[in-house]
Amino acid sequence: MTYHNPPTTPRKSAVFDDYTLSEIRRAASTGIYDIRGGGAKRKVPHFDDLLFLGASMSRYPLEGYREKCSTTVTLGTRYAKKPIELKIPITVAGMSFGSLSANAKEALGRGATIAGTSTTTGDGGMTPEERGQSQTLVYQYLPSRYGMNPDDLRKADAIEVVVGQGAKPGGGGMLLGQKISDRVAEMRTLPKGIDQRSACRHPDWTGPDDLEIKIIELREITDWQKPIYVKVGGARPYYDVALAVKAGADVVVVDGMQGGTAATQEVFIEHVGQPTLACIRPAVQALQDLGMHRKVQLIISGGIRNGADVAKALALGADAVSVGSAALVALGDNDPALESEYQKLNTTAGAYDDWHEGRDPAGITTQDPELSKRLDPVLAGRRLANYLKVMTLEAQTIARACGHNHVHNLEPEDLCALTIEAAAMARVPLAGTSWIPGQGNL
Amino acid sequence: MCGIVGLFIKDASLEPKLGQLTSTMLATMCERGPDSAGFAVYGPATKGRAKITLQSPDPDRDFAGLTAPISKAIGAEVSLERKSTHGVLSVPAGKVDAAREALRTGHPHLRIMSSGDVIEIFKEVGYPTQVASRFDLSKMQGSHAIGHTRMATESAVTTMGAHPFSTGPDQCLVHNGSLSNHHNLRRDLIHDGMSFETENDTEVAAAYISWRMKQGLNLGEALQKSLEDLDGFFTFVVGTKNGFGVLRDPIACKPAVMAETNQYVAFGSEYRALAGLPGIDAARVWEPEPATVYFWER
Amino acid sequence: MPTVDLATTSLRELNELLHKQGAGTNETQWEILNPKGRHAVAVGVDAPLNIDIKGPVGYYVAGMNKHANIVVHGSAGPGAAENMMSGKVVVKGDVSQYAGATGRGGLLVVEGNASSRCGISMKGIDIVVKGNIGHMSAFMAQTGNLVVFGDAGDALGDSIYEARLFVRGSVKSLGADCVEKEMRDEHLDLVDNILQRSGLNGVKPKDFRRYGSSRKLYNFNIDNADAY
Repeated sequence: MTYHNPPTTPRKSAVFDDYTLSEIRRAASTGIYDIRGGGAKRKVPHFDDLLFLGASMSRYPLEGYREKCSTTVTLGTRYAKKPIELKIPITVAGMSFGSLSANAKEALGRGATIAGTSTTTGDGGMTPEERGQSQTLVYQYLPSRYGMNPDDLRKADAIEVVVGQGAKPGGGGMLLGQKISDRVAEMRTLPKGIDQRSACRHPDWTGPDDLEIKIIELREITDWQKPIYVKVGGARPYYDVALAVKAGADVVVVDGMQGGTAATQEVFIEHVGQPTLACIRPAVQALQDLGMHRKVQLIISGGIRNGADVAKALALGADAVSVGSAALVALGDNDPALESEYQKLNTTAGAYDDWHEGRDPAGITTQDPELSKRLDPVLAGRRLANYLKVMTLEAQTIARACGHNHVHNLEPEDLCALTIEAAAMARVPLAGTSWIPGQGNL
Repeated sequence: MCGIVGLFIKDASLEPKLGQLTSTMLATMCERGPDSAGFAVYGPATKGRAKITLQSPDPDRDFAGLTAPISKAIGAEVSLERKSTHGVLSVPAGKVDAAREALRTGHPHLRIMSSGDVIEIFKEVGYPTQVASRFDLSKMQGSHAIGHTRMATESAVTTMGAHPFSTGPDQCLVHNGSLSNHHNLRRDLIHDGMSFETENDTEVAAAYISWRMKQGLNLGEALQKSLEDLDGFFTFVVGTKNGFGVLRDPIACKPAVMAETNQYVAFGSEYRALAGLPGIDAARVWEPEPATVYFWER
Repeated sequence: MPTVDLATTSLRELNELLHKQGAGTNETQWEILNPKGRHAVAVGVDAPLNIDIKGPVGYYVAGMNKHANIVVHGSAGPGAAENMMSGKVVVKGDVSQYAGATGRGGLLVVEGNASSRCGISMKGIDIVVKGNIGHMSAFMAQTGNLVVFGDAGDALGDSIYEARLFVRGSVKSLGADCVEKEMRDEHLDLVDNILQRSGLNGVKPKDFRRYGSSRKLYNFNIDNADAY
């Protein structure tokens, strides 16, 4: 018999994988870094790595439907004359008109209102559509101050001073020219069609000592009625939350690295910031150390997808969570029914993130009038409301199973972790053990 | 993240009011730094004597009977004036190093806040007005003073984490801002023999200035050099036995305002700090330029 | 004429009083005493009031002003007239950083000097500074006009959009994408109009040079990476 030399199976590099190779080619060809929307796509320890213990003998569960498990949350009890009362512990995160179509903003307002929660403006000012359709509207105060004016400030139910966001802590915004339509340009006082370069710091204050004075100004302008939130990206959550509290925040929002953005450098989204799971305990610790846990409310965002995520975030000490990307999916973003159109954009449903290019076939992340028309704000609003209510029911189900009559009574001790990483980050024991890795440091 | 005040007196007739004016200035900066406060006071010199300011977590225990062992160790008479948690030890000039060594070895739980011919540094955790009143700042006299109110950013709220930081004999430094390369710089300075008491970024800046001055630079030159080596946001106010200096980083985002009359030079993080000074309405008031060393001496 | 003494009245009471004044109020002349560098004095006013502030103020005086005519008889801290919508704010002394930041309308007149970042992110406001302005002024300035009698510091108009900058004295350096431009008749008229509204005189429109965007950063090009 003849003996052949066996061929070597072609082996692709784990370091230079296909995606990496394509990125090198793309950079070489286009001369621009990759800009995209969304949040971190890489796998990081997340809520999936935690499990609830539930009740059995040592704890008594509550009966579904009959025995009440409340989900209400009050935000802004520290200084505001008019705190915000929500029926559910899930809010809709800030997303700008400009990055989203007017119909999408209206749908978010409608959905949040039906579900009994708040929605939030974004880096582009307040549109009449969203104010009109949002029972409770949080007005973002951003470095760009696009469209900022005292009338809208007074119309808002709360003010969110945005210091950073999870997708890009320390970074500014970036909206490419394709989406600067006439209306967006007018609202932002920019020439049509140019790239918008947003600042990473606020134009008129730097640091918590100045922020304290800025917050007083905002309170004075609005006669101390509205809660002031401070939103930070998940970077140094212990110190950032402590400083937000010292600067006078009523509510602190911590957005982990899975939190989405309209458009930012991929390198920023994937390589800066901490996973949401890793941000919660340091943030809560800061509040506890200052004696302000539950007095200054904590909202957690970045990769919240379902009622289990909600319940886990609350159990770790949050007062509420916020959804952005998931809300867009609820409206109809990345729907496989539109697969043929996503294919035309060289992508696939579920992966589409070129929101800044304004060609969203779902009519959500676009300013194209024809595409925008595809989104029925009433129907999409209903879908969002359904989704928010389902998440709430899921969180209630878990809370009852752990014997709690309010979702806020969930505790870290109701949880265990599946991985050492998640155990260390969430500061709960590895399943089946009493071991919490990494204790002793912040 | 903090509030800074400083007053450098040119007209000696104002020296009895140094503490009172500084105390009023410091009180306006409470919101900027509610966590802790401190101040350096450059008081009258006593011929042939130097002083070491000490702090103790348990002053009743530590300060009673302290003078005898120190006197014995350095072979010279010392005296101690207690001020709340602090004590000012008077030692013969030329015996400062020996006294510091005796304190370090025999009384390691005492913290040395400053030493020099005229400087006294007092600092504690607490609301700035309360800190000032426990040390009777308003009654102190002298030629210049630098005060600080602290909003801690990334290091603990402790006595030693409060400002001013002493940078050498009769030297001190306070800081508003946040340095971004202090960990690397700290490692380099430790390698070169500097030692640290806290995790505070400001202490790195202070040690950096001392290190440069040990190399033979004067304070102005050391500050100038710091512009090359320090990264981040900062406004510094520094004091020496006869001098008073100010430096802002090149970006200069942190607030700073100065006033000068024939009687004084004053620094405030905000104008509020200067509003109560005599003759302020007629003073030259300006903001220090970025990356520019300002230095007064008398 | 209501007089509010901040030595005896709280800031909250003052601003609440000012906010209660509607468009048709009879109490149009206000005097504020002893501000002593306080922050947020007369912020969020939304009525055609004439407000005289007798002394120096701190951060954000006249913030988000609409319609009111506010005169500070003294110096002002950071962010004077920030995000002003309309009306006029005059500061007789110097102003600190961020004067007129993000302002969307109205006129800010500084009779002394302005420090750094004057007119940062301005969005339609007109700003006149009789003295000098500091570094990074008109950073990311979007629209509106900045008229400076004296000199400008480093990096004037960095990343500027469509705002127009007119400087009579020297410019220490221009920021990214900011260039000197021709002073045409329309610009002379514009400066003349702003000067008349400011009430400042002694200078002629032709004494000013114009600076604005070269618009090279309007759409990304990797060969401009040094500017980012």
